[in-house]
Amino acid sequence: MSATPPKPLPEPTPVSRPYWDGLAEGVVRIQYSPSADQWVFYPRTLAPGTLADDLEWREISGAGTLYTYTAAERPVAPPWADAVHHLPAVVEWDEGPRVSTELIDVDPAEVRIGMRVEPVFCPEGDITMLRYRPMKEAP
Amino acid sequence: MSGLRGRAAILGIAELPAERKQTRPALFTLDQWAMLSKMVLDDAGVPASAVNGLVTHGIAESDMFAPATLAEYLGIALDYGERVDLGGATAAGMVWRAAAAVELGLCDAVLVVVPGSQIMPTPRQPRTPASPPWVGASSDKYGSPQAEFEIPYGNVGQNGPYAQIAQRYAHEYGYDPRATAKIAVDQRTNACAHPGAIFHGRPITVDDVLASPMIADPIRMLDVVMRVQGGAAVLIGGVDLTRRARNRPVWITGLGEHIAFKTPTYADNLLQTPIKRAADRAFEMAGVSRADIDIASIYDCYTITVLMTLEDAGFAPKGEGMRWVLEHDLTHAGDFPLNTAGGQLSFGQAGMAGGMHHVVDAARQIMGRAENAQVPRCDIGFVTGNGGIMSEQVALILRGE
Repeated sequence: MSATPPKPLPEPTPVSRPYWDGLAEGVVRIQYSPSADQWVFYPRTLAPGTLADDLEWREISGAGTLYTYTAAERPVAPPWADAVHHLPAVVEWDEGPRVSTELIDVDPAEVRIGMRVEPVFCPEGDITMLRYRPMKEAP
Repeated sequence: MSGLRGRAAILGIAELPAERKQTRPALFTLDQWAMLSKMVLDDAGVPASAVNGLVTHGIAESDMFAPATLAEYLGIALDYGERVDLGGATAAGMVWRAAAAVELGLCDAVLVVVPGSQIMPTPRQPRTPASPPWVGASSDKYGSPQAEFEIPYGNVGQNGPYAQIAQRYAHEYGYDPRATAKIAVDQRTNACAHPGAIFHGRPITVDDVLASPMIADPIRMLDVVMRVQGGAAVLIGGVDLTRRARNRPVWITGLGEHIAFKTPTYADNLLQTPIKRAADRAFEMAGVSRADIDIASIYDCYTITVLMTLEDAGFAPKGEGMRWVLEHDLTHAGDFPLNTAGGQLSFGQAGMAGGMHHVVDAARQIMGRAENAQVPRCDIGFVTGNGGIMSEQVALILRGE
């Protein structure tokens, strides 16, 4: 069997660096546009919709609800050939924006859309990935 | 309202029979373009000298300057040349742009060609691809949102994201896998009446679909298109040329296009697909109602795409598409003829030409050339294109007479 290629890792950009630095510190820090009263993800230089020049970085709890997911029974791509119970998911943060992630520490049969989930900060080399698991205690 | 006046028509159609393993010779996309152009001009009975427009989605041999390269290669100078970049909605988007160019008087006849074969001559020294092929419709370039926020979590390819949409649909409206399976089954029945389809002669049942392997829950193998080698084209021209052309003209009378996002994670409303706005505009422009449609050819990369398009384009009530599908016969002989050449699910998906399959399907019916799959008295067709993850969609209304 041929070797599984490595999973690609994100490479922070000048625009997104504060987000990834936040994850490395164990916090979720995203952008907010005061003029639009809108939280923004992923990071940008101008606010989507209004193109307002007032984006600022703010820390959020990172807690959210599971918006959707799937249980991939076949690898989504060769780097995930060995990933069993790969659960690519979309989480909706309490502040509104949604984020692509993976569910971990959960039996696929226990996953329910709408369930409360909490962030798990996963260092991998130079980067910290943001994954999610069912919330362990009441919010 | 403003819009097309229905003064441009599809004059000819061409579609290569689908092949799993190609028996035709390996051709560059430039050569596939030339072959399909000749086929569609011959079909229309229009000489190459009449052509002064073309629309392409790009060619494998050149990253830029595709219209000029094609014009030079074909020996056809252009008064209108364009490249369209809408994924699976490209073909439908090409058709209305060509029709608009004809109505504006920019050109007389437009080649709208989509090569669909990956089997091409290979160089002695293989070029190192910039990206691994599995990146697909995502971009792994530095600075791409997909490279940074999607691909590293395995949010890549089509199966996972379409399954995520289906899961959300199930959460809000419920999910009956027999209904999505029936879409595949009825289209397979149509493929059995269309010799060019890859699954011609191989009928399936709902139980076959439900027994096929799970790919990404709830999507099973027979809910998904299969890659084939092929290609498709149409020729579009104005009123003068329709008088000289061989086929019954298929007028392009309505269109709508809506591009909502790239990655479903960022959809405002994941369960209201862009086809809603596109279809509403197309029907209003054409001045026809849903009940007037004789043939629907709906982009069907997955059965869930068809289901949600039937709802959002206004044929089935929102959230009740599963029941609606079970109550209707979607075969060419049924009360709602859908994807009568098999759709991509059963004809096969010839890469980017898959979108053109639906244009050709509806035009073939309106021309009255669908033979064993012919829908009686077929005058008005509804066609959709779907790009990305139900993120960019195009609706067309086509009309005979």
